Amino acid sequence: MDERVKLVRSTRFLAAAAAGALTLGLAACSSSSDADEPSSGTGTSGSGSTDLADLTASLAGAGSSAQSKAVEAWIAGLAATAPGVSVSYDPTGSGSGREQLAASAVDFAGSDAYLTADEVSATETACGSDVLELPLYISPIAVVYNLPSLGSEHLRLDAPTLAKIFDGAITTWDDPAITALNPGATLPSIPIVTVHRSDDSGTTENFTDYLSKAGDGAWSHPVSGDWPVDGGQSGAGTQGLVDVVSGAEGAIGYADASRAGDLGTAALAVGSSFNPPTPEGAAATFDVSPAAATASATQIVVDPDRTTTDASAYPLILVSYVMACQEQPDQAKADALKAYLGHAASVEGQKAAADPSVAGSAPISDALRTKVDAAIATITTR
Amino acid sequence: MLAGRLFAGLARGAGVAVLLVLGAVAVFLVVEAWPALTATRGELASVSWLGGASLGAYLGPLVFGTLLAALLALVIGVPVAVGVALFVSHYAPRRLAAGLGYLVDLLAAVPSVVYGLWGALVLLPALDPLMRWTSSTLGFVPLFAGYQAPARNIMSAAVVLAVMILPIVAAVSREVFLQTPRASQEAAMALGATRWEVVRTAVLPFGRSGVVSAAMLGLGRALGETMAVLMVLSPGLLYSFFLLAPGQQQTVAANIAAKFPEASGLSVNVLVATGLVLFVITFAVNLGARWITARAAARSGAPA
Repeated sequence: MDERVKLVRSTRFLAAAAAGALTLGLAACSSSSDADEPSSGTGTSGSGSTDLADLTASLAGAGSSAQSKAVEAWIAGLAATAPGVSVSYDPTGSGSGREQLAASAVDFAGSDAYLTADEVSATETACGSDVLELPLYISPIAVVYNLPSLGSEHLRLDAPTLAKIFDGAITTWDDPAITALNPGATLPSIPIVTVHRSDDSGTTENFTDYLSKAGDGAWSHPVSGDWPVDGGQSGAGTQGLVDVVSGAEGAIGYADASRAGDLGTAALAVGSSFNPPTPEGAAATFDVSPAAATASATQIVVDPDRTTTDASAYPLILVSYVMACQEQPDQAKADALKAYLGHAASVEGQKAAADPSVAGSAPISDALRTKVDAAIATITTR
Repeated sequence: MLAGRLFAGLARGAGVAVLLVLGAVAVFLVVEAWPALTATRGELASVSWLGGASLGAYLGPLVFGTLLAALLALVIGVPVAVGVALFVSHYAPRRLAAGLGYLVDLLAAVPSVVYGLWGALVLLPALDPLMRWTSSTLGFVPLFAGYQAPARNIMSAAVVLAVMILPIVAAVSREVFLQTPRASQEAAMALGATRWEVVRTAVLPFGRSGVVSAAMLGLGRALGETMAVLMVLSPGLLYSFFLLAPGQQQTVAANIAAKFPEASGLSVNVLVATGLVLFVITFAVNLGARWITARAAARSGAPA
C-alpha cells in the first residue's frame, strides 16, 4: 500500500512540475489580456455552452479528505446528467490540494481552509484570472463520548469546560464544572480519557479554533491541525479516533457528526441554550458567520462564528471549500466545471451529500446557493 | 559451456541488482530529504506539525521512540524465541518438533496489518487488567507510572512487535542449536549431565553468536515495523520512559505512515528525512550484527 501511495505521489509531482512549467509559459503569453475585463466573460460563455448530454470533458480534483465522500456523491450525481464528463478526485489533503491548484496540476481543489492572501495571489497568477472559493461542504463536528450510563440524552458542555477537559484540568466526569451544566444527570465518578487525532486534520483545526475562540481564555494552546498538547490517547483518522473512544468507558473525543455512530454526542452551549450537532445548526452558524478578509463575489469565505448566540446555531462546524480557476483553458472544460459545481451546489447535490450514510453534511441555505450560483456563472474561457 | 556461462551471468546480474536497488533507495532518500536537511528554520515553519522546532528536535524523539519500542520488543521476544527454539531442537518429541517448527515459521507469514488489528482489538483489552495492576502496585517506579486505559502505550506496541519478531529469532536460533556438534553433547551426557546441563554447557555457548545475530535480525524488523505500531500506539513526541502512559513516544515508520497522507511540499521532504535516518540506523544495526557474528565465529570456529 505504501508503494502505491509513493507511486501516485511521484507521478503527481511530475504532473505538477510539467503543468507548472506550462502555466508559466501560458501566463507569460496571456498576462496582457487578462487585465482587460475580468467580468465580461459571463455573457459570452453562456451562449457557447453545449448540451450537457453531449459534453465530453475530464476534470481532475485533489485535496481535502473530509469532503471526499460528498465529492463521490456529486460525481455519481453528475454522471446521470452528463455521462461524457469524467471527474476524478484524489483526497490527498487540503494543503496538497491548494498547492496543486496553484501549480495548475488540477482543475479544482478541495480544502478545509480558505486561501490565505498569499495563496490567493499565487493561485490567481497560475489561473491568469480570479479564483473561485465555494463553501459547498459544511459539516457539524460532534463532541463524542463513551458514557453508557448516561443513556441517550445529550450531555451538556460549553467551550470553557471542554477546553479544561482537553487541557487536563478537569479529570473526572463528576467534576463540579460538568455537573453544574447537567443538573438532572447522574455522572459517573470515573476518569475522563481525552482522545485526539494523531494525524494532521481539518477537524482538529476547527475543534481547537472553537476551544480558542469560545473558550473564554481557558484554552492556552495554539490553534492547529496537529494536536497541540503533549500526551493523551489518540487515534489515526476519524475511524481510528471513534474506535478508541468506543473502546474505553469515560473517553471523550471529537469527530465528524455523521461518524459518531452509537457514541453519545454533546449538546454545546449557545447563548442560553444547549444545542446538539445537527445539519440545520451547522448551516445556521455558517449563515451568521462574518465574511473573511479575502472574501469577494467569487470567494465566498467566512470565519465561522464560534461565539454566536443564535438559538438555532451549532458553532462547532467544519467548512470545506471547492476551489477552481474562473477562467478555463477551453469551452468544454468550462462547461464541465460549471455543470459539476452547479450540481454540487444544487438542492439535489447538497441533499445527496447530507444523507447520513454518505457524508451527513449540512445542506447550504438558499441564500448561500444564490451567491454560489452567481459565482459559478462567472466561469469562462481564456 | 554456454549454459554455465549463462547461469554465471544471471547470478552475477542478480547480485548486482541487489546493490543497484539498495543504491537507488539510498539516492532517493538523500535527494528527497535534501530540501528538508538544508531548509532554514523559517522555511521549516511552513510544516504545521513541526511546530517551529528544528529538524533535529523533531527527529530526536522519533529515533528515541523507535529504539525504545524495538529494544523492549527484543527484551520480551528474544527469551521466548530462544525457549521455543530450544524446545523444538532439544526437548520436543521429533514429530511434535517438526510441526511446531512449521507453526512458528507460519507466524512470519501473517501480514503486519493483521497483527495490528489483533493488537488493537484483542491484545489491548487483555493487557488492560495486567497494566492497571502493575501501574497501581508498582506506580512508584517512574517506568510504570501514569497508566491510562485503553492500553495504547509503548509497552503494548512492544508486545505486538515481540510477537512479530518471534518467528525469525526462533527459526535462526533453532538452526544454530541443531548444529551443535553431537560429540560435545554426548561428551556432556557421558559426564552425567542432565538435559538442562547439556543445553547450558554445550548448546547455549555454541549457539550464542547465532542467537545474537538472530536478535539483530529481529531488531531490524522491529525498527521498521509500521502498521502494527500505527494501530496500537497513541503517539507523542517526548523523550519519555513512561512505558504505560499514552501519548509519550512515536516510531519513525508509524509517524511517516500517519503524516504522509496529508503531507505536501516541504513536509514530504521532512518525512523522507526521518526515513533516511531510519535507513541509516537499520543499516548500522545489520552491520553490527555481522560484526558480532564474524567475531564470535572467528573465536570459536563455529559456523554462524
